[in-house]
Amino acid sequence: MDIFIDIILLTFLSIAALAIARIRKLFCAIMLFGIFSLVSACLFVTMDAVDVAFTEAAVGTGISTILMLATMALTSTEEKRPPYQPLIALLVVVVTGSVLVYGTMDLPDYGDPMAPIHQHVAPRYIQQSPDEVGPPNMVTSVLASYRGFDTLGETAVIFTAGISIYALLGLRRREDADYHQEDDHV
Amino acid sequence: MSDHLILRIIAKMFIPFILLFALYVQFHGDYGPGGGFQAGVIFASALILYTLIFGLKTAMRVVSPTALRILAASGVLIYGGTGVVCMVRGGNFLNYSMLADTPLAGQHLGIFLIELGVGTTVFAVMVMLFYAFSGRKGPEV
Repeated sequence: MDIFIDIILLTFLSIAALAIARIRKLFCAIMLFGIFSLVSACLFVTMDAVDVAFTEAAVGTGISTILMLATMALTSTEEKRPPYQPLIALLVVVVTGSVLVYGTMDLPDYGDPMAPIHQHVAPRYIQQSPDEVGPPNMVTSVLASYRGFDTLGETAVIFTAGISIYALLGLRRREDADYHQEDDHV
Repeated sequence: MSDHLILRIIAKMFIPFILLFALYVQFHGDYGPGGGFQAGVIFASALILYTLIFGLKTAMRVVSPTALRILAASGVLIYGGTGVVCMVRGGNFLNYSMLADTPLAGQHLGIFLIELGVGTTVFAVMVMLFYAFSGRKGPEV
């Protein structure tokens, strides 16, 4: 049953990806990005990675769609037709893709308990985290406590992104925001 | 978008529940999926919905850009500060076991605090991004 769901979701994923590459209307492309991300979130759920799925659904489907729509409002709604046929790009993508697929043949099976990634620190997290850290959700223990430094780094990255945007675009003061309302009434 | 009566009413009905759900995700992260990052994004999405319906000016009266700047910085400060408090109390940086009498209680408090920091920063930055983009004028066509 799992494999059946996976195949359906992956088919949707590829259809969405192909459509995004083909479509010239940016509004449709942005909506398809949202769908792509939602289908990825479903795939993460089938892999039992609910925390990742949650993030993907909230960020990928929600916030980035809104931000891309807001960006599109500032530019045109139609992608320019490229002046040449991107055959070399297609060739590069196909070659890189085949190399990556070839590389996956050496990987251990999905969920294989003997895979190296499940032998390193994972057993300690699974066996010790209830006694060492406490929360029943092991993902929280790993993210917040064992890997607290990484999460601090991520927070700093988000903060840096925020102040970079602030420095580049600036935020209008309340009084200047009037015209936006006028735009809305049009 | 003030003419869209149905959108306005539905948004008014939904925004409190979105905010409540964000708080649930924030504080229930120890027990279920979720945590500061997701909660911050959901909280921000409630405010973005508010901005879409009621306009940027009204939204800036609810959460001003100055408040956003302070919130974004204070999230990182809460996180880093928790680490420093751990050091002051004799542990390593971000070793929460030192925060309370027992290591488990300390870990619980530490995780609560840093998730709060992450949530605050993520919320502030997401809304800041949206304000920055929607506050700009489109091309004169």
